[in-house]
Order: sequence, then C-alpha cells, then structure tokens
Amino acid sequence: MSTERSSRRDFLRASLPGAALLWTGGVAGSLATVEPVAAESGAAAGRSRVVVARDEQLRGAGASPASSIDSNRVLALLDRAMQALFGQEHPLAPVDAWRRLVHPGERVGLKVNTLGGRGISTNVQLVAAICERLQQAGVKPADIVIWDRDTGELERAGFHLAMGGDRVQCFGTDRVGYEEELSAYGSVGSLLSKILTQRCGALINLPVLKDHDGAGVTIALKNMYGVIHNPNKYHPNGCNPYVADVNMLPEIRSRMRLTICDATTAMYEGGPGYKPEHSWNANALLVSTDPVALDSTGWQMIERKRAEKGLKTLTAEKRAPSYIVTAADADHRLGTNDPRKISVVEV
Amino acid sequence: MFCELNAWEAGKGPRPLDRRLFLKCALASGAALGIGGAARPAAAIPSGAATGSEDDARFVVEAKFYEKLPNRKIKCKLCPRECAVGDKERGYCGVRENRGGTYYSLVHSRVAAAHVDPIEKKPLFHYLPGTNAFSLGTAGCNVNCKFCQNWDISQSRPEEVPAQYAPPQRVAELAKQYDCPTIAYTYSEPVVFAEYVMDAADAGHAAGVRSIVVSNGYMQEEPLKAAYGKMDAVKIDLKSFSESYYSKVVTGQLKPVLDSLVTLRKLGKWTEIVYLVLPTLNDSDQEFRGLAQWIKANLGPDVPLHFTQFHPEYLLKNLPITPVPTLERAKAIADAEGLHYVYIGNVPGHPAQNTYCPKCRKMLVERVGFTASKVLIRKNCCPFCQQPIPGVWHA
Repeated sequence: MSTERSSRRDFLRASLPGAALLWTGGVAGSLATVEPVAAESGAAAGRSRVVVARDEQLRGAGASPASSIDSNRVLALLDRAMQALFGQEHPLAPVDAWRRLVHPGERVGLKVNTLGGRGISTNVQLVAAICERLQQAGVKPADIVIWDRDTGELERAGFHLAMGGDRVQCFGTDRVGYEEELSAYGSVGSLLSKILTQRCGALINLPVLKDHDGAGVTIALKNMYGVIHNPNKYHPNGCNPYVADVNMLPEIRSRMRLTICDATTAMYEGGPGYKPEHSWNANALLVSTDPVALDSTGWQMIERKRAEKGLKTLTAEKRAPSYIVTAADADHRLGTNDPRKISVVEV
Repeated sequence: MFCELNAWEAGKGPRPLDRRLFLKCALASGAALGIGGAARPAAAIPSGAATGSEDDARFVVEAKFYEKLPNRKIKCKLCPRECAVGDKERGYCGVRENRGGTYYSLVHSRVAAAHVDPIEKKPLFHYLPGTNAFSLGTAGCNVNCKFCQNWDISQSRPEEVPAQYAPPQRVAELAKQYDCPTIAYTYSEPVVFAEYVMDAADAGHAAGVRSIVVSNGYMQEEPLKAAYGKMDAVKIDLKSFSESYYSKVVTGQLKPVLDSLVTLRKLGKWTEIVYLVLPTLNDSDQEFRGLAQWIKANLGPDVPLHFTQFHPEYLLKNLPITPVPTLERAKAIADAEGLHYVYIGNVPGHPAQNTYCPKCRKMLVERVGFTASKVLIRKNCCPFCQQPIPGVWHA
C-alpha cells in the first residue's frame, strides 16, 4: 500500500508522468471488452441502482471535521462503492469493476466540480484514487483528463495544471476553448467544451452534493453546466428544463458512463458558493450509472439534513429541483426519479 | 477605413459584425485603429480562449445598479430580470459577477467588436444621415433571441471572447480620428455594459462626439434614465408585439420594453424602432396593426418604424427568409394606421428604404444600401412643401 499512497501523492503534487507504472500488476491480462454498463447496474431490469458508500472514519479516527480525508480510506470507499454497483451478482475485484466501464486505449474525462474552492469541490484524493483504478484498468495516464470550466478554479480546488507529456492531464476549458458549432436540444443551444468533444471518449461525472439557491440542488445533472459556454442563460425557472436539455445534448449523453458524487463534504443550504456554516461531513460517495436516480437520492439526503437542522424543505421554499422530474420524463428518459424503481444500496 | 464587408453583411443584416470577421479585419486593423495600441487579441490567445486574469482586472468595475442582500447575495437592478445572484455567481447576462457580496461588471472597456459603420446600418435613418458611427460592443446580453445574428459574442461570457482594452477616452479619440460624429453602442446588448456606455458617452461629449445606442430596451427605468439619458439618439429593437413571443423566442418580456420607449419619449430622445419580421412567428396582420396603433398612441406618428427582413441564424435556421410581400404588408398596415415614416429594411434597393415627405410624398432621402446617397431636407423641412421632417438631419 505504500506504493499506492506514493503514486497518488506524486500525482497530487506534480502530476508526474508514468503513474500507471506503479500499478502494472493489476493491468496485465485485463483487456477484456467493456460490457454494457446498464446490464449490471440494474437499469436493464427496470431498476436503477444507486450505491451510497459511507465511511465515518474517512478523515481518520478522532479527526476534526475540517481535516482532510485519508487517501487510503477514500480508495477503499471507492472500491466498495464500485464493487457494490457492478458486482451485485458476482463479486468483483475493484479493478474488474472499472473494466466494466472503460477499456484500454480509451480517452476518459473526469468532469469535476470546482466552483466551491477548497471548501466544497470534488476531492483531490478521490480523483487521484479514480485515476489510479483507471490506470489499473488499462487506461494510459495521458488518456485521462481531469477537467472543469476554468483552470484557475481547478487550481484553487487543489488540482495541479498538467498539459502534455505522458502524465494524467488536468486543465480547464479556458485553455482550449469551445467548439464553434452549436449543439442544440430542446430549449438549449450551446457551444461545448473541446475537452469533451476532442479529449473524452468516455465521461465520468464527478459532482459534489450541494444545495443551490436557484436550482434547489446541484449534483450530477447540473454539473454538466460546466461543459457549455453559456450556463448563465439556463438558470431561470429553477434551471428547468435546461438542466435536462443540456444532458440530452448528444455529445454529452453518448459519452456519459458513470457518476461518482463526492459527498465527503456536502452542503444543505446556501449553495452553490461554499458556506462552511451550512456544510457537513457526509463522508459518503454516491455512485450510479443513472444520474437522475442519483440526483433524486442526493436530493433526499439534503432534505434529511435540512430537516435535522430545522429548515424547510426545498419544496416549501419553492425551489424543489423540478429539472429532475423533467430529466425522467418521456421527452428525456435520462433515468428514473421513481423511488419504486430506484434501489438505494448502502455499503 | 472600413473593413471589407462580405456579401451577407452588406446586403442583409442590420448588425452583422461577428467575432470572426471582427478579428479578421476590424480590431485587428485595430492596430490601425489604434485600440489597445497593438496586436490583435487572437494573436496571443487561442481562438475562443480567455484573456488572462491580469488583464481581467482592467475590465472590472463595481456595477452601478444593484442591491446588496443578506448572505453575500445581491439583486441586480439593471434589467427587469432582477437576477438574485449568489457569491461567485453571475447574472443571466454572464458579464456581471458577485464577488463576496459586491456586484461587478466584467466588461468595462472590454471591446469584443468594433467597427466604423454607416449610421444607416444601425439603422438610424433620421439622425445625421450619411455619417459614420464608431461602433463597438462587448460580450453578453440580457436576453437570448433565437435569431440573434451576433450570438457568438452576445451569448458568450467575456472570457470566452477575444477582446481589446478600449477605455472611454480612447474610444472618443478614435471616433474623432476616424471622422465619426457619433459613438454607437451596439452589436451585442448595451444594457449589459451600461457603466461603460455612460463613461464613454461622457468622454465622447467632452471631445465633441455624440453617442447613440442600439438596444433591446429591456432595462429598468432608473438605469435607462441614467445611461440612455446620456444618449443623443436611440434605436430600440422591438422584437414583437406579443408577450408570448417575448417569452418563447426572446426570453424576455414585452411590457418593460414598451415602458422604456415611453420613458425615452419623455426624455426627448430621438428614437427609432426596428421590428424584425419572422415568418409565422410575429407576422400577423393583427400584430402589425396593434404595434402601429400603440406607437401612434404612445409615441406619436413621427417615430420611424423599420420592418426588417429576417435571415436564418443561430437557433432559428429552420425558418425561411422573410418574404418581401410580408414586409410590404406590414408597412401597408402601419401606413394605414397613420405612422408617417415606415421603412423596409435589409432589402437592398427597395423603395421603402427611402424617406418621403408625409405631406407631398416627394422623396427626401434616397438610400442605396447603407449609404444615404441624396439628402434633400433643408432646415429640417421638406424643400418642396416646407413640411417639417422630424429628426436630426445636420450636425
């Protein structure tokens, strides 16, 4: 495990090249073809599976709420979540879960959310753990890109800029720009990040779990606002139907493989900007191939926290995330928001 | 000093300068024009990429029209949207940002498009005909018209659009240098760069250069008075006479625009109105008639009204070009309702782009393309029958 920690730390410090070499043992002989993601995740059976993986010791025993998370524990938490999502019928080694998702030679984008700075952005240790498992699954470091809208925001969240070479890539759309042709669906017409269109064959969505003053919540679906050039145009009416329409853009939908929501730190009020007074250490990951089911589940987690804090429900505040309903409707079918069709698996 | 216009521009669009053309020839010759004093932005910045953060500071000024709210939120009071904006977020326009509870404009002096245009291209037909306007715009807009011709700057955030630094005094100097009696705020939506409009207008007036604005008029009354009160002439795009259209096609509201027109009238600003006619969407007899009746009743019969031809663009590429007979029908209805100056625009060579005396019907201003080739008006009157012709005909 010391090698494992070292690899992630190296990545965190300098995005060093050759990180994949540190886990070569897990890669050999693992070039199985990718199976359809939905088959094992429940969607094919008409149910969507959302795994909620928790570790109350994520920050170490006796650690203060503000302390950083333990990189070993977050890797273990990620493994549990992925095994629970992909291995419910047949137990899987962690790397085999990833092999269900990606294949060697594929270019994989990790769309993080870094608007909230260090306070509430996709956790760097979590992203490092994902990179490690992707490499074990056969994805080359340089074929992995960690990205968001703005490089400055990535750096403020703790990521290190890395462009070029054979290391894991990390930069914002500001470095490469947007496509010149519009992509349109429903009420939305937008230019898409060239990182998505030119650097990602597969997209893994890595949002955070937050309250949002306009949209109600911002989790998986709304994180795709970071892919388009004009998100400011799509905030009226609680972002409905815009969030659903953005997720329908073919360049996004065709690439989306998985959502891993970082709920290690979450916010139940005052979002999307970081408000420490309204944050809590949920010490959890939410993982699903169905972003609608995941958002529905995350919304309920936020509602439970709001109730615990004596706050009104988002519905009572007239800011329930109605875009989740739209995302599930017959015009979108991005997933299900029907609780009867969602299996929430706590591990 | 004109940038070469392509055929589409010269013949069809009222505000057709796009970012690519702009980069190719306008501000790039900008070295020639002197904006920023040097190289074009595209030379140093990849296409579509951001200007650097160091540069950004030059463009950031505190917004003039907003209220502070608890928890570092603000409410923008610039346009009728009244965006409630949380910390680190932007309003609908994309060019105003809440930073720690203070609201900032990010586009002061941040010129994304600039050009020397005939004033007829705005179009203003009754204001200094035959002159040029030093025309500029920044990124951003407070609506999202599905037919926007300049969407690549109007619907972008400032960091996504190459830009030049052009502080107000420099704009005034350039206008004088290129023999433009006016500065025109145009291309995107001047509402969203109101602070820059105000400062540039002051600088222009101090240098003897007037200011005109091409706007959607979707603005609250106080900023309208403060910003457009500094204008010497105004052109308002009245995009429809239906709330439903404003909601679905424009993403705005009609009523505040009508209120703005009345306010401008009370301020005594020379105002002209453009109505872009979209086949099937805002081209009914009823709508044309309602529009003309409202203008006559609220603004008077002498306000020039331009019915202009739509060309498929942005999110409405599925519609055809507006048939000329539709434009002629609109004009006939407005004429019959008693408006004196009804024009047809974007149709080169059409006789309805000329100005005629409402009394003796003789032609007073002949226009070819965007050029006023003949101006016969003398001392603000028809030379044939002495009928006063409203407008500002001479500097």
